[in-house]
Amino acid sequence: MRGERRVARPPRRPKGSRGAPLPLLLPAVLGLAFLLVPLIALLLRAPWRGLPEQLTGPGVWEALRLSLICATAATGLSLVLGVPLAWLLARTEFPGRGLVRALVTLPLVLPPVVGGVALLLALGRNGVVGRWLDAWFGITLPFTTAGVVLAETFVAMPFLVISVEGTLRAADPRYEEAATTLGASRFTAFRRVTLPLIGPGIAAGAVLAWARALGEFGATITFAGNFPGRTQTMPLAVYLALQNDPAAAIALSLVLLAVSIAVLAGLRDRWMRAT
Amino acid sequence: MNTRTPARRILRTIGAGAAALLALSACSSSSGDTTTGTSGPPELSGTVTVFAAASLKEGFEELGARFERRHPGTEVTFNFGGSDSLAAGIVNGAPADVFAAASPRTMAVVTDRDGTAGPPVTFVRNQLQIATLPGNPHRISSLEDLTGPDLKVVLCDEEVPCGAAARKALDAAGLELEPVSYEQDVKGALTKVELKEADAAVVYRTDVRAAGDKVEGVDFPESADAVNEYPIALLEDAPHARAGKAFIALVRSAEGRKVLTGAGFLEP
Repeated sequence: MRGERRVARPPRRPKGSRGAPLPLLLPAVLGLAFLLVPLIALLLRAPWRGLPEQLTGPGVWEALRLSLICATAATGLSLVLGVPLAWLLARTEFPGRGLVRALVTLPLVLPPVVGGVALLLALGRNGVVGRWLDAWFGITLPFTTAGVVLAETFVAMPFLVISVEGTLRAADPRYEEAATTLGASRFTAFRRVTLPLIGPGIAAGAVLAWARALGEFGATITFAGNFPGRTQTMPLAVYLALQNDPAAAIALSLVLLAVSIAVLAGLRDRWMRAT
Repeated sequence: MNTRTPARRILRTIGAGAAALLALSACSSSSGDTTTGTSGPPELSGTVTVFAAASLKEGFEELGARFERRHPGTEVTFNFGGSDSLAAGIVNGAPADVFAAASPRTMAVVTDRDGTAGPPVTFVRNQLQIATLPGNPHRISSLEDLTGPDLKVVLCDEEVPCGAAARKALDAAGLELEPVSYEQDVKGALTKVELKEADAAVVYRTDVRAAGDKVEGVDFPESADAVNEYPIALLEDAPHARAGKAFIALVRSAEGRKVLTGAGFLEP
């Protein structure tokens, strides 16, 4: 998705002869409608009159606050771990690199619930690694806010890695090489030259990861459970409210929708101005 | 390579669309091969679609197999899930013949819209049990034991029936219990114990039974105050009403009861 940035712009085509051909236009409009109508339905069916009441309940802000904190923490963790990982994939050669790259992107296609189960088996109290965490440090991750952050990171980090790796591949490695020939260590070159160069790519990846983390449901409820104020994020609150109180679920959904739109609007100017 | 005229392209697109539509309609008609008995007598055929609470899975699958054996030419397909979402599906027009819910409240969602053909009847009841680790290492013998500070207990969320029942039982016992998580359904709660992430969960007897030796069940007297009734009903718009009715009869027969009590349910 990135990467086009540094490629020379293709020569401008002569302004298209007429409008779009019908066989393209028709499905395109249908596609647009398919994506937008459900969101419009959400707005139409929203219990506007009862909304202030629905949204001022303490549970809502608790869930929203937790969602924002956890998504931000997950993004931070993704940056700390993901940027170096992306660099490794883009800039070094090692046996099995292709396989590693495929594995990194696995959580993108894995059903989140499966991710949650896998986390439970790895980091749970009785898990492969979690058992030792518990025995040595007395740390248990399931049912904790830290567990939510880990579940979200697991699902969101691949978005960041892919985005940053793409930017790195498009960035000219000769700047780094020049820096190293001038005596900088590879790490210094990375820190002083590469990092500023790929800044926009990292930012875009971070926003993608943040948005993905904010919407995370399956892995979170599977690994971290659901406890108000501790592990109950907005998507969980929406799902459970839907069981008995659809109006509340719609109200909560509206909040998430508003937050998502705000993010995209904020994004538009800096990173979304495609081509 | 692209020398076709736009008109031809449009034709091709339309052709492809028509083919897709035909394929779709073929699919849908093949699944609706209903039948009102070919010869008259109680020959049943067609597909009975049963929407049933997830907790009924083991017992109903057994009964479905028996039904198909008894009435060759019939097929019983199940949609197991949370009673609430099943009820919502039915109300929104999902094609089903029979609805078996885990609580009168969820059945009421359908009956309130006159969605059933006749009043629902209670066919089994389900009681809560504490599910704990095999061998009961924490020596849990009562609901009160769960309130200990060192135990990790999971409950169902109060929005779902097993959670509402657990709340009732706790209130009846006058106990305060802070779980580590409110799970979205009973299987979610049980899984946390099976994986040893939680030390105990309050779930249904039937779920403990279904989990085999991966968990151990502990009865507690307060569960008598929170017994769940399971109603079953033929749906108003049932595509295969006759076969649906026959399936309900099997569920309510002595044989059906035996299968269901074998799965941990109580007689109605």
